[in-house]
Amino acid sequence: MNPGPTIRVQAQDFDLQAEIDALAKGRRDIGAVVTFTGLCRDEQGSLTALELEHYPGMAEAEMRRIADLAIERFSLMGLAAIHRFGKIRPGENIVLVIAAAPHRQAAFDGASFMMDYLKTSAPFWKKEHLADGSSGDWVAAKDADDRAREKWRT
Amino acid sequence: MIVKLVYFAWVRERIGKPEEEMELPDDVKTVRDLLVYLKTLGDEYEAALQYPEVIRVAVNQEHVEHHEAIKGAREIGIFPPMTGG
Repeated sequence: MNPGPTIRVQAQDFDLQAEIDALAKGRRDIGAVVTFTGLCRDEQGSLTALELEHYPGMAEAEMRRIADLAIERFSLMGLAAIHRFGKIRPGENIVLVIAAAPHRQAAFDGASFMMDYLKTSAPFWKKEHLADGSSGDWVAAKDADDRAREKWRT
Repeated sequence: MIVKLVYFAWVRERIGKPEEEMELPDDVKTVRDLLVYLKTLGDEYEAALQYPEVIRVAVNQEHVEHHEAIKGAREIGIFPPMTGG
């Protein structure tokens, strides 16, 4: 059974164990659960927060499109992707991906695929707030993220 | 054609508003046409769209390439490359 993915875009934090339970508790067919959590880091003390902006509606729709691809490609038994928006401080959570499968490789690959596409295709943008009180720049997109996505085009 | 344009991140900041409704001229047929047209509307649009090749566009909340048509668009999102995750 492949239920549809769990997709949420929210201001509040998420609870890792609660989300794993929601996906896998009570099931006897799942052999592997891989989770990825992305956190805000302080860039050697220079950054006090990230402001996450998103395109409401499209952010959820695009995450769902990517998740459906991942479920199909890796025959996942469950997939959850939760992305936060608003002001997020160093050490706090930004994004969570959980992939469940019968065996570990599909779960690892499913979570990795979801993140690589999410970073380059889901409409979110990060603005830096700096330790000197100023509002810094918008984070620039990285070529390395494009290359990470391209490796799945085989 | 009347469309709702929505802007995000530094495109929104430079244009100075998050969204607007606009009647587009008939000869604006593709995404590229739209970006060229918007640049003629004033300095703030020129600043936002100075390098159109980096701008990403979504029609009715789905990504489109610059050569694609905007026919049938109700909502067009215009924004920089994405940096979530």
